[in-house]
Amino acid sequence: MRTRITNIVLPATGVVCLGLIWTLLAANVKDLPSPLKTWQESKIYILQPLEKRGEMDQGILLLAYYSLLRVGKGFLLGALIGTPLGFLLGLSKTFSRMFDPVIQVLRPISPLAWLPLGLIVFQKSEPAALFTIALCSMWPTVINTMSGVKSIPQEYWNVAKVLRLSKFQTFTKVLAPATLPYMFTGYRLSLGIAWLVIVASEMLTGTPGVGGFLWQEYNSLIYAHILLCILTIGVVGFLLDRMMGYIEMRLRAI
Amino acid sequence: MTFVEIRNVSKSFSSSRSVRHVLKEVNLIVEEGEFVSVVGFTGSGKTTLLNIAAGLSQPDTGYVKINGKEVNGIHHDAAVVFQNYSLLPWFSALENVRLAVGAAFPKWERNRQLAQAEKYLEKVGLGHALHRRPSQLSGGMRQRVAIARAFAAEPSILFLDEPFNALDALTRSNLQQELARLCSEAAKPVTTIMITNNLDEALLLSDQIVPMTRGPAAKLGTPINVRLAKPRTESQLLHDPTAVRIRSEVVEFLSDFIHARPRESQWIPPTAQAAQAVEEQI
Repeated sequence: MRTRITNIVLPATGVVCLGLIWTLLAANVKDLPSPLKTWQESKIYILQPLEKRGEMDQGILLLAYYSLLRVGKGFLLGALIGTPLGFLLGLSKTFSRMFDPVIQVLRPISPLAWLPLGLIVFQKSEPAALFTIALCSMWPTVINTMSGVKSIPQEYWNVAKVLRLSKFQTFTKVLAPATLPYMFTGYRLSLGIAWLVIVASEMLTGTPGVGGFLWQEYNSLIYAHILLCILTIGVVGFLLDRMMGYIEMRLRAI
Repeated sequence: MTFVEIRNVSKSFSSSRSVRHVLKEVNLIVEEGEFVSVVGFTGSGKTTLLNIAAGLSQPDTGYVKINGKEVNGIHHDAAVVFQNYSLLPWFSALENVRLAVGAAFPKWERNRQLAQAEKYLEKVGLGHALHRRPSQLSGGMRQRVAIARAFAAEPSILFLDEPFNALDALTRSNLQQELARLCSEAAKPVTTIMITNNLDEALLLSDQIVPMTRGPAAKLGTPINVRLAKPRTESQLLHDPTAVRIRSEVVEFLSDFIHARPRESQWIPPTAQAAQAVEEQI
């Protein structure tokens, strides 16, 4: 009984509280739609989530799908670059000394700063968006993989030596499995950042997706749809994090 | 025939502040098929010596020869049992052992390697736990896997680094007997160097006991022959006059360097604790 209260009732109370604050604010702030108004104006997007009516005028799941696809590509690109980079940094002291300052400088740069550069270099919005997502999201992967490699206990290296494993075997049998949980912590954080970046990049490039839709509806003065997008972004981000957290937990259990 | 020759081996570790001499001009000769135990206090540099002998680390001066050839990296016919089991946690017991078999017999087919691994796991009484992960095994079972892993490679030289240190007394004495049995059953003679802080364990298993002074700059004492028929039992060693004499000889040698109670092997003098801390950092 008590678990049911803590698992369902308490979170539900939190949601209701947020709804009340939102309603209160909406009553006092001009142009801020109330929850009810948001629902009324957005329900067509939620009730027909896969409907395609125009370039931007699409069901919310379809829009989220476009965004997820873009995030997936960008994140994958970042992971493909970030994971080997993390291994190199973890294995070689020279390499680590050489590139550590560079990474520390590149890491805090905002996606909004990278995007114009991407547009200049690639001339097109789609590759520019991927470039920005990859570049912004790969750092947790790099850093976690690196620290994973560095924290492999000496005994595992000794086992690899005693068993006279080849370089390739040492990688597949010792290095990779020992680093895997760290890598996935990195992937989870990276995916979270990639999802943050998507909105900014879609806003600036005007590509179809949740972020692009948000910006277009802002320009069309349909404010209820902005709230719909915000909620969608939050829910999808939460689900992504839960999914990665689950994979990570399974890996740590080994 | 001399099989292992450790000559004038010195080793020191330096940090930014100081240099710590761990071993100083250590010499040791081991004949083929012999079981030699190096007995000393925790933190005296025994593990450093074993790592150098096994080829896991390099000496500053001196050399180690196995079968007449200078050691450079792990010898192709050597196996090591570590104090902390050192099994790979993401593989089953069987796969942990098979990896060692694969390293020793790379030309064998996978099935034959698996059969060999299974055979040795059965020898140490783990036939029922082949597919368990190390985390699903008790400490004693893990060390059994580690011992099976060492013997499954059919090594001609075996290095044991305080193999039973982490185990409770009962498990310890069971495993000691099993180790003695595996050594005697081996197809070809196994030359063994064991590092231990337990004199009774050394008496039970060894042909020769070499006392080691406490570091820094640890040295080896004169080897003492243990001329007692094998297999030996613990109760026999308690009263056997030869065993009693050897025990007092070793104790006398070690207490010349420090007032200690070597019989109670787990007791670590305060200074040795500090030394151990240093060694662990290394």
